[in-house]
Amino acid sequence: MSHTIIVFVKQVPDTQNITGEAMKADGTVNRAALPAIFNPEDLNALELALQLKEKYGAKVVVGTMGPPNAAEVLRDALCRGADEAVLLTDRAFAGADTLATSYALSCCAKKIGKFDLILCGRQAIDGDTAQVGPQLAEKLALPQVSYVEEVLDLDNNKIRARRSIDGGYEILESSLPALLTVVDANEPRPKGVKRIMKYKKAMTRSELATAHANANYTDAEALVEEEENLKSKSLLINEWTATDVGADLERTGLAGSPTKVKKIESVILTATDSKKVEPNEQGVNNLIHELIEDHTLG
Amino acid sequence: MSEKIGNVWIFIEQEGGKIADVSLELVCKGKELATRLGVKTEAVLLGNKISHCVETLYQYGCDTVFMAEDKLLEPFTVLPFAKVIMDLIKEHKPNILLFGATHKGRELAPRVASEKLAGLTADCTSLQIDDFDDKVNKKSYKNKLMQIRPAFGGNIIATIVNTWDDPQMVTVREGVMKMDEPVEGRKGELVKIKPVLTKDEAIIKVIERIREEKDVNLKGAQIIVAGGYGVGSKNNFKLICDLAEALGGEVGASRAAVDAGWIDHDHQVGQTGVTVRPKLYIACGISGSIQHRAGMDDSKKIIAINTDPDAPIFAVSHYSIVGDLNDVIPKMIKAYKSKV
Repeated sequence: MSHTIIVFVKQVPDTQNITGEAMKADGTVNRAALPAIFNPEDLNALELALQLKEKYGAKVVVGTMGPPNAAEVLRDALCRGADEAVLLTDRAFAGADTLATSYALSCCAKKIGKFDLILCGRQAIDGDTAQVGPQLAEKLALPQVSYVEEVLDLDNNKIRARRSIDGGYEILESSLPALLTVVDANEPRPKGVKRIMKYKKAMTRSELATAHANANYTDAEALVEEEENLKSKSLLINEWTATDVGADLERTGLAGSPTKVKKIESVILTATDSKKVEPNEQGVNNLIHELIEDHTLG
Repeated sequence: MSEKIGNVWIFIEQEGGKIADVSLELVCKGKELATRLGVKTEAVLLGNKISHCVETLYQYGCDTVFMAEDKLLEPFTVLPFAKVIMDLIKEHKPNILLFGATHKGRELAPRVASEKLAGLTADCTSLQIDDFDDKVNKKSYKNKLMQIRPAFGGNIIATIVNTWDDPQMVTVREGVMKMDEPVEGRKGELVKIKPVLTKDEAIIKVIERIREEKDVNLKGAQIIVAGGYGVGSKNNFKLICDLAEALGGEVGASRAAVDAGWIDHDHQVGQTGVTVRPKLYIACGISGSIQHRAGMDDSKKIIAINTDPDAPIFAVSHYSIVGDLNDVIPKMIKAYKSKV
């Protein structure tokens, strides 16, 4: 018995470690100040998939939608243990909100073919919406189990998982195929040294073409040959466009997004009149006295 | 063509027949929006043996309560809830649909929005009615719901508008909308729904369910003493608890302190925790990341204690104490005890 598990991941700006001003003077997001990283909870989803692979036997296919350089997170996933990678990239996907994103990913999943499980991180740190997982489940008419901490059992036609709820946990059982969103409840493994040696050479067709152009190498036949060569070594990252996955362009990108951004503002600290209190007995006594006087403290 | 706009709906979250605070907060906000639009405030109440909740919803301002009782609706699982809500939307075409941004709300709302092909904005902190000129598509919209939320880890605030079919759907953070006083004796109309559920909605089974009422009540607390990474250790965190106990307050924490394992997540204040607005907030060893400030900067009085004079928390504090909390907190406890 072997399962096919798709893990959808996202390359995100590292919003927790901003190295400069988040906004530029013209009011747009300053991406240069936000290094691109593997979305943290997507790493937890990948780790869960790899654990299932070890325990029950599975093929792990990792997919992402993003700009061409999002191939970086796919190489990362391959180095950690994923078997195959798919980059869904097309200008037609740009500006997608969560509905358009889940639609595009649903087309991607259908193109991948038969699968037993889809795993996603609960949410991405750039938007924190947690919407794409449940929306993707609906698009594919799959049962969804959100906030999964641990898979307790997996067999041919059902899965049993522990998931977090407000104030506790639940153990849920669902038929397969199913979609799970995964929370930060495991320790993602590091990249394997041997795998790094192998998969640092993995690339998409576009990356291969760029490498060729940079080397001033224009032999089209050689390019095809090299692509075949990469493929035979499992080093070719699949690169699919909207057309490749049969997406309806009315439903992708900005066109497929019902939500529009009306306005974006940088968060400005409301400057407060701050009173300096000396950290000595006198200072603290006066402070407490003042707070009792104005009934802040009872 | 002038079409009558739909009503404002609130998904009512309940657990064992007790309505979640966030749902009542949203009924109050929903009523404000409905009044502005000249439409009704209506609640969607799903579960089993929940009819006693209906009166409460009238008292907080609901004109109508759509109630469905079914054994498949207790305990909560996402598929039957999504089905019943979807059927109701198709029949009644609400203009706005509000969910609490809780575990349940955040897994249910996207499932419904995806099926309805409606826009959904997560984790709103403010809602307003305004017109919207979509300059890109050269369309203008009257009286749309402005869905205001922090994004990019709290570094920006975005105003989002749903331009597709109704309902305009959002999830709203707990504690950010004010709950009004209930009006005794206020009445509304009860519409009982017979849910149409099949085995398709029952494919997820609850095998085991362990749940405890939270014993921390940060939202309702008048005084909160919160500790951050600067507290230094789990042992040291006792100081925070001591001060909270002395002042009769609750214990809060920054994400860093929770991640370090010094205190439970239920105590976390900030964007991924609870939003609070107490009379007094004492931030001890909290640097004041934008994510933390987003959850507490509406507090009436803020005291910050930090050894770093440049800590961003001092930008929002009313009283700044640059010093070691190990030294300052015992002095505060002593000063308070001697005054009262």
